Amino acid sequence: MAQLNPDIDHLLRRAGFGASAADAATFRDMSTSAAVAHLVEYEGRPDDVDARIGRPDHVLVTTKDAFTPDIDIDDARQRWLFRMIHTRRPLQEKMALFWHNHFATAYSKLAADAGTLQGAKMLAHKPGVLRGPQGQIELFRQYALGNFRNLLLEVAKDPAMLVWLDGQSNTKAKPQENFGREIMELFTVGVGYYTEPDVYAAARVFTGWNLRPSANYTNDDYGDMNAYQEFVYNADEHESSAKTFSFPIYSNGSRTIPERSVSQGMQDGIDLINALATHPETARRLARKFWNFFVSEIHAPDPLFVEQAAAVYLQNGTEIRPVVRYVLTSPWFINPSMRYARYAWPVEYVTRAIKEVGWQNLSLDRVRSPLANMGQLLFEPPNVAGWHLGANWFSTGTMLARMNFAATLASSQKEHLAASLAEEGGTSQGLMTAMLERVTTAPLDSAPQQALMTYLLAGGSWTGNTEQLNTRASGLARLLVGCSEYQLI
Amino acid sequence: MSVSRRIFIRDGVATVTLGLAAPSFLSAIAQAQGLPNRRLVVVYLGGGNDSLNTLIGYRDPAYYSRRPSIAVPAGQVLQVGTDASGQTLGLHPRLAGLANIFNEGRLALVQRTGYPNSSRSHFEASDVWGTANPQMVTGSGWLGRYLDTLPRPLDALTAWNTTGDTPRALVSGTSGVPAIQNSTTYTYASPNRGAAALQERAAAQTMAGNAAASRPHLAYVNSTTRGAIETLDRVAQAQAYTPTVVYPNNGFAQSLRTVAGAIVKGIGSRVYWVQTGGYDTHAGQGGGGAGAYGNLMGTLGDGVGAFYSDIRNQGLAADTTIVVFSEFSRRISENGSAGTDHGAAGVMMVLGGSVRGGLYGTAPQLSPGNPTLENNSGDIRYETDFRSVYARLLDQWFGVNSVPILNGDFRAGAPAIF
Repeated sequence: MAQLNPDIDHLLRRAGFGASAADAATFRDMSTSAAVAHLVEYEGRPDDVDARIGRPDHVLVTTKDAFTPDIDIDDARQRWLFRMIHTRRPLQEKMALFWHNHFATAYSKLAADAGTLQGAKMLAHKPGVLRGPQGQIELFRQYALGNFRNLLLEVAKDPAMLVWLDGQSNTKAKPQENFGREIMELFTVGVGYYTEPDVYAAARVFTGWNLRPSANYTNDDYGDMNAYQEFVYNADEHESSAKTFSFPIYSNGSRTIPERSVSQGMQDGIDLINALATHPETARRLARKFWNFFVSEIHAPDPLFVEQAAAVYLQNGTEIRPVVRYVLTSPWFINPSMRYARYAWPVEYVTRAIKEVGWQNLSLDRVRSPLANMGQLLFEPPNVAGWHLGANWFSTGTMLARMNFAATLASSQKEHLAASLAEEGGTSQGLMTAMLERVTTAPLDSAPQQALMTYLLAGGSWTGNTEQLNTRASGLARLLVGCSEYQLI
Repeated sequence: MSVSRRIFIRDGVATVTLGLAAPSFLSAIAQAQGLPNRRLVVVYLGGGNDSLNTLIGYRDPAYYSRRPSIAVPAGQVLQVGTDASGQTLGLHPRLAGLANIFNEGRLALVQRTGYPNSSRSHFEASDVWGTANPQMVTGSGWLGRYLDTLPRPLDALTAWNTTGDTPRALVSGTSGVPAIQNSTTYTYASPNRGAAALQERAAAQTMAGNAAASRPHLAYVNSTTRGAIETLDRVAQAQAYTPTVVYPNNGFAQSLRTVAGAIVKGIGSRVYWVQTGGYDTHAGQGGGGAGAYGNLMGTLGDGVGAFYSDIRNQGLAADTTIVVFSEFSRRISENGSAGTDHGAAGVMMVLGGSVRGGLYGTAPQLSPGNPTLENNSGDIRYETDFRSVYARLLDQWFGVNSVPILNGDFRAGAPAIF
């Protein structure tokens, strides 16, 4: 909200999902450094958000029968959006989103392979009620600011990933290259720092990293919801000969993973993951991704920033929390020229708009199609490289989808807006000022400002009566949320 | 602006469609500018199409020995004859729609298309096919550079992209391309109705008209808003089209239906981009011509078949060319998951009422050690540079000089598809 200190506004847009009126009350009297600590040390905040689903004064979820976000993908989508809007730990959700894009895994392939129930469960299962391992998104929450090397190892054993990149069928007779390629190309060092023979070697490294079904497991859409698949190291399917890479695997510079007995063969994968996680190019690649995610998409990553962030990562044994703390307190992040220098992802746009405009009687079920039209359905990235970020979010079709979501939201909040702005709405200027404080855009030049005022007064002289407020406050909210200046965060 | 005003309600939100005061139909502009009314429909198969199971060398014993569980049985293929190297070939059994076009002499199958040192990365490879430069994976695309050669002012619908993202091929310096992923929701909505909705739309247009010269990123977002508002009405017209055939009920075929609508209604776009995914068949490809890959072929063959019939029924096939490609093909030998990993050269297809159909180039011989193979005989070696097909499309179809657009002369090796 514009009434907050601009540094904290900036921080909440980037390290969170913007600020509702309640968030503004929380942060109003905080110093910027206290706000950073509040976000980064999020374990100090209760993780009570799921328990508030269905409570008054929160955005609604709606579903056909029972709300089952552990096994139904549309319910899981609503639960995640609910968390983004109402969590007391916004940076944890923000990082979960970052890792979801980094290790981009799509529901559609999981559902095709394992059925809709197991497909959703592999991605979204939150342990507590049902049996089986946690879903992938819970892994990303657990490791939101955790250790990257450990996260990478957990991802290599994650059932959703083992289906997504076909590790489940990686056997010694026919090594499967899909995961072996992407762990280098997309998850760690990036193109240019590995070779085609490295791909073949990495495929052999992960032979036998497979899945094992529990009792009653079927890929039936209406199967046993307590059934599951879990990681198994299948020694019989591990290819045990030595594997040589083009980059060092061990600290002594050796590039060869030695031949081992198959019972010890899982160590091959751990050795490769250690090497990739601590590779200097992984550190730089993550640093550049953090620049684009937190600092700016409009300015190229500053080489000094990249070297410093990479050094923090390596010096702290691949821990992410010190890196993100470094980023959020770096001179680049706090530079005022970086404000509104990033294009909002569709889910960031939608959740911030809901937080700022309101959620009365609004159901997150109505957000699903708009998000799909904007190009970002959660749990459905277009491919393993994740979404196409930055300016790529914007095309005529996707911008139209954003504008039309703004219309849907403003329409749903018509009475709420009119009632909550009744006092300020006594004058047209009062309404304009109050709305611009509430719905925060990148600076508006005078021409768009004039267009907004022209719109406010186009229905005749301003009286501030209910009908006028109903129409013009919602129209103004639609124009602000749908304008280009609002698409930047 | 003004003219036709149609307001209706969807989801409690008024949807407003406004006619454009501006001229409108590009075909009229094109005629005035003396340009031929030809169009190209690009069909991209995302993920790396397994060309060996698209166009099948069903008499090559190595095809069966290297693909024991995913090979298509010889008895099922749709025979298309023998190529210049004497290989006897057939199309996948689910490509009946394309086989019909081949039999009419209007489908060209260009074998072993690719480039030296083919990238096995999806993202790099699809960018290479977009930029038309194996050393360059950023910057403008070959079709974007073609659009940049067209006379100005450029109509907002000179190209029509049916996906949400702008593909690399359509990235251009000066020619924006609208992305119309779902033409049924490509409409303008307002929380209000009547005059207030129209006033709001006018305000939105004015706001998006702000040049924002000091903030190019903001100017860019503004340009997408303006592009949307300028194209709404004509997209609705294309969507209102009643086809002469029944299109399959999937996203790919429905996109082709929208393209047919745009062509028949004379919107005048020169380039259409359509894509369909799921080709990254690392596992469970299916055998006996069925399964996951069979379904992909069914989607492709039925969709393109319906589109071609529709356009031909409308008497517009002679001005329409369709090109089908993927970013790479796949390994020759199947993997342990009854699928195939990333490979190299593949098959391009070009079809249309003016295309000279037939088999172009030579098929790979799949026994190890054969010179048509590479990467220890794991992959197919390219024979025809994909840019020579682009060159033929630019020079012969669009009638522009391909050399500056492709940053090189690729005309020499081009298959004579026109």
